[in-house]
Amino acid sequence: MENADSAVDGVAQPHDPERSLLHELVAHLRQHLTPLREEWTRRITDAQLLSVMTADEIFSEVTAVYDNYVDALETGSIEALEAYAKNLSERIIPRGVETHEVLGVVLLLRDVLARSLFEKYQRDSGLLNRVLDVYEPAANRIAVTVGVSFVQERERVIREQQSAIRELSTPVLKVREQLLILPIIGALDASRARQLTEQLLKGIRDNRAKVVVIDITGVPSIDMTVANHMVQAVRASGLMGARVIITGLSADIAQTLVGLGVDLSMMQSVGDLQGGIEEAERQLSYAVTRTGSSAPEHEE
Amino acid sequence: MAVSILKQGDYLIASVQSALTDTEVIELRDALLAQVAKHRSRGVIVDVAALDIIDSFAARSLTTVARTNRLRGAKTVIVGIQPEVAVAMSQFGLRLDSAYIALDLEAGIQLLTA
Repeated sequence: MENADSAVDGVAQPHDPERSLLHELVAHLRQHLTPLREEWTRRITDAQLLSVMTADEIFSEVTAVYDNYVDALETGSIEALEAYAKNLSERIIPRGVETHEVLGVVLLLRDVLARSLFEKYQRDSGLLNRVLDVYEPAANRIAVTVGVSFVQERERVIREQQSAIRELSTPVLKVREQLLILPIIGALDASRARQLTEQLLKGIRDNRAKVVVIDITGVPSIDMTVANHMVQAVRASGLMGARVIITGLSADIAQTLVGLGVDLSMMQSVGDLQGGIEEAERQLSYAVTRTGSSAPEHEE
Repeated sequence: MAVSILKQGDYLIASVQSALTDTEVIELRDALLAQVAKHRSRGVIVDVAALDIIDSFAARSLTTVARTNRLRGAKTVIVGIQPEVAVAMSQFGLRLDSAYIALDLEAGIQLLTA
């Protein structure tokens, strides 16, 4: 197993002992590339990490990461590894790989390599100590780099999604002259409620709306702050000359509102969106009638 | 004064041109009440589109005008409240009870003539 090492040992002596130790280390890791990679892959599988990836995929990533890892150890430059880690994160994040898995995998590699160093230098504990002195800081820095790249990539994805949600979250739709609907989907927080008020008032002014139906069927829950924001939004709409009809209050939310003692006197509320639109049409003196014979057999 | 009150048929239109001091608010209130009596108007429109702020004093004065007019059989319509003003007013709990509210002058006239 250790045939080429003596040659490397021979060159390892000159002025910079740390550098030459590192060279020796890298040479060792390159030489035992295949068994170490296999050991690493086996331990990843044993620990049931990266369970969403196939064995082939794991093996090809393992190969690439191993090479990058050893290169980073050798040159001390983590840029290539950082770029690779970023690229890898981009590919695996959408598949649901978790932070603990990525960190676990990198730490496993660190352990596997450290084990092999122990084995190689176990007879000379002084040398082993010096080798570990060189290896550990470099290995830790690499582990941190990979972890941080992954987390940064994840945060970037989260930020993008948040802004996408913000843009999509409060459509103000005109269904008839002077009638708007505002379907709200997903949890409301204070900042979203404020944004909603803004959009609502802008929509009222731009469309010269008289009645607005706010549908909150898709809102799972409401707290005191958000309830107050809603009340304010309704009042502000009133000051702009528009009435608000709230629809789709779930039993839970209705109970919460009553329990919180929110002043609901100026809120008109109708059971579902259909009822809300019908009520709004009535208030705006629209009469919707069915024509022709395309009516379904069973009226709802 | 920063407010001109115009007579338009059965209605009065008061359009506020710039920010009002408390004194000017009182003048506006008194002038409106006097003019309604003089012209036997059936409705009053107050256009506040030029106001960046409607404070509690202004809100209360407008409410007083609306209540008084109602007792004399005239409707009061406040028009042109800006979105930011509406948000601020609702945050401070200011209301314009007894007044009708419309988006702008056109909607206000429609509301009175309907």
